[in-house]
Amino acid sequence: MTINWKWDMFFEAFPFILQGLGVTVGLTFACFLFALIFGFVWVFLRRIKFKPVNWLVTWIMEFIRSTPPLIQLFFIYYAWPMVPGIGVSLTSFESAIIGLGIHFSTYIGEVYRSGIEGVDKGQWEASTALNFSTRQKWTKIILPQAIPPTIPMLGNYLIIMFKEVPLASTIGVVGILSLAETYGTDNFRMLESYTIVALIFLALSYPSAILINKLEKKMNRRFDKKAALQDSKGAVV
Amino acid sequence: MIIINAMIEVFPVLMKGINITITVFIFSSIFSYIFAFIAGLCRVSNNRLVRGGTSIYVEIFRGTSLIVQLFWLYYAIPMLFDVGIDNRLAAGVLAISLNYGAYMSEIVRGSILAVDKGQTEASIALNLSRSQRMRIVIFPQAFRMMLPEFGNYLIQILKATSLVSLIGMTDILYHGNILRSTNLSAAPTVYLLLLVFYFIMALPLIFLTRKGEQISKRGVAS
Amino acid sequence: MVESVKESNSSNISNKNIKPIVEYKKVHKSFGDVEVLKGLDLNIFPGEKVALIGPSGSGKTTIIRMLMTLEQPTSGEIIVDGKNLWHMEKNGKLVPASEKHLREVRGDIGMVFQHFNLFPHMTILQNCMTAPVQVQKEDKESAKKRSIEMLEKVGLGDKLDNYPNQLSGGQKQRVAMARALVMRPKIMLFDEVTSALDPELVGEVLEVIRDIAKEGEMAMVLVTHEMDFALEVADRVIFLDDGVIAEEGKPSEVLEESNNERLQQFLYRFRS
Repeated sequence: MTINWKWDMFFEAFPFILQGLGVTVGLTFACFLFALIFGFVWVFLRRIKFKPVNWLVTWIMEFIRSTPPLIQLFFIYYAWPMVPGIGVSLTSFESAIIGLGIHFSTYIGEVYRSGIEGVDKGQWEASTALNFSTRQKWTKIILPQAIPPTIPMLGNYLIIMFKEVPLASTIGVVGILSLAETYGTDNFRMLESYTIVALIFLALSYPSAILINKLEKKMNRRFDKKAALQDSKGAVV
Repeated sequence: MIIINAMIEVFPVLMKGINITITVFIFSSIFSYIFAFIAGLCRVSNNRLVRGGTSIYVEIFRGTSLIVQLFWLYYAIPMLFDVGIDNRLAAGVLAISLNYGAYMSEIVRGSILAVDKGQTEASIALNLSRSQRMRIVIFPQAFRMMLPEFGNYLIQILKATSLVSLIGMTDILYHGNILRSTNLSAAPTVYLLLLVFYFIMALPLIFLTRKGEQISKRGVAS
Repeated sequence: MVESVKESNSSNISNKNIKPIVEYKKVHKSFGDVEVLKGLDLNIFPGEKVALIGPSGSGKTTIIRMLMTLEQPTSGEIIVDGKNLWHMEKNGKLVPASEKHLREVRGDIGMVFQHFNLFPHMTILQNCMTAPVQVQKEDKESAKKRSIEMLEKVGLGDKLDNYPNQLSGGQKQRVAMARALVMRPKIMLFDEVTSALDPELVGEVLEVIRDIAKEGEMAMVLVTHEMDFALEVADRVIFLDDGVIAEEGKPSEVLEESNNERLQQFLYRFRS
């Protein structure tokens, strides 16, 4: 067993790899934004009551969700331009936004749905009783209650997407993973390079996860009165 | 017609990689569960050191990206064990199962903690020992709660197997990529077929997950 | 023997002739800043039936939970059948009890809970059999036989293979009692066992407790809000208020003749 590790190379590689952080983080937020918007499309489509459409939408979502995002990226980057008639050539950055964005929009859509379903049925009945219009029901009553509880869940997906974004290096997006690969092959220092990437991910995602965890607890206290009550009562005698 | 022809040409090529894909999936699933149960039980241990050590493992693997772990292990394994094992298979399976083992250990831990406290109290009142309490009363109930999430993670693991092509394992994606690089016009057929392939493999897992949801709903009412 | 115990209790609770099976000595218990028990001294004698009454938060449930080792006293000692429950001797010094020590001492104690706490993944019969087989290493056949007998005794001989979620609350509580009784405890603790039941199901559960009490040899501690039942079954009633014993004695004395103002207020709420 020989561990081949050079600290000087590690420190030399660090600033080089860090240059890619802007692209990685930028792509993360771009994908996230895309997924947030596209998630609404799924919610809307799933509310169509017409059976065949509903069935089709459900299975399309299931298809996107249960197939590898890596292959979806390849499909959009390599195959889409070749599709006769509707094919368009996209840059690797655009492909990544669309590919990962659509993949995660199916998860985000479910988050929205759980938020909406989490609103008590009585709220719909009450707003009907008060003669609100459909639009008013959504904007004044339902959404203001449905959205806040989903924020921590959405935050979790932001972190998950951050960790999926390096997949985009396979179609040529130059983020931290690509730079690590470049440095590693040029200098034969693969282990140091990838360790640096791992450390960068850990340094960003771990504190974010803690932050979101705290937010979640705070939200739970605000929206779940039972939990709040137990909390303030302390030990039950 | 063109499409059918292309499929007839593409399909057998992809099939060459199916063994690798399935092998990686099966080994990764088994090891993921093993890591998940060990780590999950360690995280509810009374021993601080055990608990702390395990949470470091869990946080490191949840905090970094699977693809990064895969590359890291691919280069680290030959240094750590310079034996003649296929380090690509080892790296692939180990990366996927350490990663998902860490995620699933949270499910194991959460489910154990979610079992009603009254169950522990009743088993203390019946004078069951600590290990009997876990084995006879808590774990069987927690296990039912784990089922739906465990099914979901099987699908995630299946999706993750596509990554092993990146370290040169000749799975279905690897063969697809080679085909695409020699004949770009085949790309739509290649990737569409690959997606359908994965979806067909995922279907039983999707139904398994739904089954798990039913069992889990049935089992918890007291 | 039961008669003699009763007499000794009514005349002088700290009778020297009969050794108590449970002794609480200056037991304090706090949850955070809240002190729920403020120096409890209490003896329970073999075969004695004690009813603990009092407003919620008075510490009555805590008393039996400490005896079942579900809650650790903040200070003081609890002696069970001559053995210290929460402490053990090691190199001549008293140290906190190990899990092993706790298991040895609490073997004589059984408990029935407010929310039944049956094992949902086991049949009724398995619920009863598990502990004798696993803990007391009893032979499976004999444990099964005794469990069936016990379940028949509580009127559930026809439900052996049912799961808890197929039973009514009253039936569940009767299973819980059978489960505890199969272990042949010397002391049985009842923690508000009828509070979670629909009113029409309370009777069947009290009926079973009445039967157990009649057999006599087991000491019973009942935390209860059923005053009439306490009057009927208990040898001694203890009224707890604000972490101390505020009144104790024969049921008729405590429930009907006491002048304690807090007790009057408390009882008034149950007699409307």
